[in-house]
Amino acid sequence: MTNAKPLPAVDFLKIPETGAPYLEGLKCKNCSAIYLGPRAVCSKCGARDQLAAHKLGTKGKLYAYSIVHRSFPGVEVPYISAIVDLEGGGSLKGNLINIDPDPKNLKFDMPVEVIIKDAGRKDREGNSYLAYFFQPRAA
Amino acid sequence: MSDVYVVGVDMTKFQKAGTGPNVDVLGSIAALGALDDCGLKIQDMQAFYCGNLGQASGMVGQRILQQIGQTGIPVVNVANACATGATAFREAWTAIKAGLYDTVLAVGVEKMSSGLLGGGGSGGISREGLFGSGTMPAVFAEAGMEHSRKYGTTFEQFAKVSVKNHHHSTMNPKAMLQKEFSLPDVMNAEMIAYPNTKFMCSINVDGSAAAVLCSEKKVRELGLMKRAVKVRASIMTSDPWQERDLVMPDVNSCTRLAVKQAYEMAGVGAKDINLIELHDCFATAEILHYENLGICKDGEAGMMIDTGAVALGGRIPVNVSGGLLSKGHPLGATGIANIYEVCTHLRGEAGKRQVQGARIGMTHVIGLGSACGIHILEKAA
Repeated sequence: MTNAKPLPAVDFLKIPETGAPYLEGLKCKNCSAIYLGPRAVCSKCGARDQLAAHKLGTKGKLYAYSIVHRSFPGVEVPYISAIVDLEGGGSLKGNLINIDPDPKNLKFDMPVEVIIKDAGRKDREGNSYLAYFFQPRAA
Repeated sequence: MSDVYVVGVDMTKFQKAGTGPNVDVLGSIAALGALDDCGLKIQDMQAFYCGNLGQASGMVGQRILQQIGQTGIPVVNVANACATGATAFREAWTAIKAGLYDTVLAVGVEKMSSGLLGGGGSGGISREGLFGSGTMPAVFAEAGMEHSRKYGTTFEQFAKVSVKNHHHSTMNPKAMLQKEFSLPDVMNAEMIAYPNTKFMCSINVDGSAAAVLCSEKKVRELGLMKRAVKVRASIMTSDPWQERDLVMPDVNSCTRLAVKQAYEMAGVGAKDINLIELHDCFATAEILHYENLGICKDGEAGMMIDTGAVALGGRIPVNVSGGLLSKGHPLGATGIANIYEVCTHLRGEAGKRQVQGARIGMTHVIGLGSACGIHILEKAA
């Protein structure tokens, strides 16, 4: 059965009943380590039951990247696979879009923002998904 | 605890993925080769550790014995990503160290298919190309770009690693490719994941490698000390917590942790090492490991490749076998194949690619996820 509403493409993308979708990780109350996705124990300090919901920042900086020219069948190339450090802690990996995928356009620590939009892919049942992407932002 | 020695070691010529015999037959070729190398028989082995990834649940070790002699010895099948072979070797070493056995066989074997490794995902929609890339060329490209970010390492410097290793492979008859590539050849080859071009990615191959390990007492009893190679250190680590772990597999910390312990166990330093076979699954990775293994200071890896310090004839030759980039990378076999290479040099039997006067060598592998295996080997006699 197809859902009327889009589904989150990753489990740390939250779609509230009202208001804009957002990314939410976990933060350890003991050592401040930040995680994406559910877990019970902090793998940095080993503390149990100390992980609290932590809304992830929407601004960040480009930490590292690759420009992918060969991927799986059906995946449009080239695209930028980016590692982004978020303001407020945590790092994400995702596609950096709305910029020509050429090394000369990419500067380490260039400011980017997280946007959430349709993933552009559907599952076998025809469900739509929301995904996060990065795009350049003015500093 | 007894010192442990490699008395027999061998590897198959690595061949195009999919063209080799079945894993049991492929593994038996290297196993028999290693036994012949020291004049022992399968009946002399007291235990067998077998590394394979592709058929990790397929009792590959027992099937190898079904090819070469079912003697009833304990067989342990191990899988540890690209550190699988090194893990099998280390388990053999551990068992002798523990005093359980005096003669142990370790084999690594892999049959592969061609194409990209990594990526994938589960349920819903494919994540590949939606949340960046999980393919190995891209993951290791990103690790290389982290180095670039810190020290300004260039595409050209990464590419020079491939030129060097392909050059080395022209002197290794067991390498999959034995072909020279110029810097323009490498840089202008098909871009897979910037900055890794096609020739900067390891080659999927079919291959196996095997080692016979013995306690010191047994080596002396058998009169095998002349060609024996002493295992000065055998270390395995997993990846300690790092803040970007969830988005960027870390091959640096586990290597640094392992090499520190390896130097301590062996009682040697980086300056004492005469050659290294390290995990160049991608050209970008090799650069990182010059610093991780302490053969230069942080930030000097680019200089190491620029000056030829890591080429045959240089200060510390790295991957004179041709490395995974040119010799090939049969995942589960790689960790023993690099031990074969170092042993061959320590015995002075490496022919045209011989590192002259080599007395101490190091092997290093990374299984992404992550496992790091390091061995320091020394000429015995």
